[in-house]
Amino acid sequence: MGVFTPLMLERARQLIELYPEKRSALIPLCHLAQEQAGYLTEELMDEIGSLVGVSSAEVLGTASFYDMLHTEPVGRYLIGICTNIACLLQGADALLTHAEQTLGIPIGGTSSDSMFTLEELECVAHCDHAPCAQVNYRFFGPLDPGNFDELVQQLRSNELSEVIPPHGTLIRVKRNVGLKVSFEDVLEERKLSDSEIANRKAISEAAKEKSE
Amino acid sequence: MTANVTSAPLIVTSRIERERSHLIDDYLTTGGYVALRKALLEMHPEEVLNEVMTSNLLGRGGAGFEVGRKWSMLKQAPVRYLVVNGDESEPSTFKDHMLIERDPHQLIEGTLIAAYAVGAARAFIYIRGEFALGLERVQNAINEAYEYGAIGRNIFGSNFSIDLVLHPGAGAYICGEETALIESLEGKRGYPRIKPPYFPAVIGLYGAPTIVNNVESMSNLPWIINNGGAAFAALGVGRSTGTRIFALAGHVNQPGNFEVEMAKISFRDLVERSEYGGGVRFGRSVKAFIPGGVSAPWFGPESLDLPLSQDDVAKAGSMLGSGSIVIMDDHTCMVRAAWRITKFFNRESCGQCTPCREGSGWIEKIMRRIETGAGRESDLDLLLDACDNIAPGLSWPPQQTTICVLGPSIPSSVVAGIKMFRDEFLTHIKEGGCPYE
Ligand SMILES: Cc1cc2nc3c(=O)[nH]c(=O)nc-3n(C[C@H](O)[C@H](O)[C@H](O)COP(=O)(O)O)c2cc1C
Ligand code: SF4
Ligand code: FES
Repeated sequence: MGVFTPLMLERARQLIELYPEKRSALIPLCHLAQEQAGYLTEELMDEIGSLVGVSSAEVLGTASFYDMLHTEPVGRYLIGICTNIACLLQGADALLTHAEQTLGIPIGGTSSDSMFTLEELECVAHCDHAPCAQVNYRFFGPLDPGNFDELVQQLRSNELSEVIPPHGTLIRVKRNVGLKVSFEDVLEERKLSDSEIANRKAISEAAKEKSE
Repeated sequence: MTANVTSAPLIVTSRIERERSHLIDDYLTTGGYVALRKALLEMHPEEVLNEVMTSNLLGRGGAGFEVGRKWSMLKQAPVRYLVVNGDESEPSTFKDHMLIERDPHQLIEGTLIAAYAVGAARAFIYIRGEFALGLERVQNAINEAYEYGAIGRNIFGSNFSIDLVLHPGAGAYICGEETALIESLEGKRGYPRIKPPYFPAVIGLYGAPTIVNNVESMSNLPWIINNGGAAFAALGVGRSTGTRIFALAGHVNQPGNFEVEMAKISFRDLVERSEYGGGVRFGRSVKAFIPGGVSAPWFGPESLDLPLSQDDVAKAGSMLGSGSIVIMDDHTCMVRAAWRITKFFNRESCGQCTPCREGSGWIEKIMRRIETGAGRESDLDLLLDACDNIAPGLSWPPQQTTICVLGPSIPSSVVAGIKMFRDEFLTHIKEGGCPYE
């Protein structure tokens, strides 16, 4: 693999177009790379760097800050179990221990058949379904050891391939229009008359006064 | 979701139970894009700003700053930006998640109204990367809105034009802090920026003046434009106007998001009433609760009768914060709860400031050893001392010695835990382990 496929490159270029500065596309492009290769390979990080105009070291330095970006291979299914407060109160610790035993891997580990990687998540805003999990960032919950095992079974037998696409949180996120408005258009359109400027000043002064 | 016990209308969750609420045809049959049309064709940007000022809408992201006042502080540079904060990562907060997945067009319409009022050159919606379905739905809704003519050139025939761009995060709590969000949107590590300037409204995205507002804040705007700021301000009490979504979780029979009129009902109503939480599970009683996300100090059951009002909760020594409430019943180990929250802050500290980086690590270690049976009696003073190093004086609101308020939020649960449940901490230490296991 190594570098972006022509199709991915096309998507990468479209994403870069959306920002006034190319570097803003760095994280979206990392998501594309993970969609293609499962994780950020060195070659892909090099390519992302040259696409957005920074060094590969900058790409790695930035990516390493973010939990979702992986620089080591991960299993086909990334299973994350939330153990934060709402999930903790509903038995998340026991669920996580059960998951480690069932899958035979510790937190952060990948199964030898490369099927599963297990992670402990911070809150993923699904607390009304506690304890909950994400598989490739699709939500499941509330879970107990019983329905967790069922879920794993379904994953093994590929029953959920429709619900859970392979890696990449942007895999189904496709913008179908380019930008329509240039900054020149905006500057022309937003020119304020003197009275409008005065009006805005008055509003902002009044607000300042109110806050003091 | 259920109707309000007061007669207040549902302002942001009216479509939540509709099967196809995320699609534009459904949105249009339920009054969608009427407000944007009205704003663009019948109102000046200043008039939109004035309606929002009149509504006294308080930001729903955590700090509770008046939305209109923030907009009025925007520096008038030629290029300005609007960034919507959909990073929602404060533990036990899950209201924006619902608004993003279930009513993306309402979010987009609100964003466009705000962009018009502040004269943004481009608007961005930043959504945390873990919301795969949310990202999919918002992008699809943006595509639909372009096609419908609600985004792009000369929207609805007006002379307002703008592009709207969806941006995914990649997993980092700190990126919810508005200056870290901007750094992240610039393609960098999510390091909060040093203040001053206190507001991105002066220097924000790419150095340009920028407004950052929360998803729920934006989702209120279509209603405010349709019904007027005064109608919004007529709901609620005092400064707490309108309605607000409260995300109720933990040991209640029916966890969920409930939109209620501000300040009109109490925490107890929310927990106990059958249309909301339906009571504590197994008929147990409340041991403690967190009133506004894990950054907020805990309350005991005696505070259940406080109204859900920003000012009342602040006066009582905590905050409504992100609008999430966690109920802990009388079988809960408070040491474990506080330890887990500390572990979270330790994992999510960005590491720029020594008190936050080192302090969170120390506190987490001491909490762990108390919970797992290796604690000493002197640990309680050690904990309070470590907390005092992060937020001197341990007052509320906390003193800040760090670049952002993640640091001073770390002591909230530990200090409350020790204050309210000292005996329970001591039992762990004396018995050499957790009595709840
Ligand atoms: C550590 C930290 C995390 C935050 N996380 C979020 C968040 O996830 N979503 C959010 O809207 N605001 C969050 N905020 C608040 C933002 O900095 C900012 O105040 C808010 O987005 C402004 O929007 P509002 O005025 O509409 O509330 C966070 C603040 C801090 C200090
Ligand atoms: S307080 Fe903590 S999270 Fe905030 S900037 Fe400092 S180290 Fe980073
Ligand atoms: S605490 Fe687990 S999803 Fe929020």
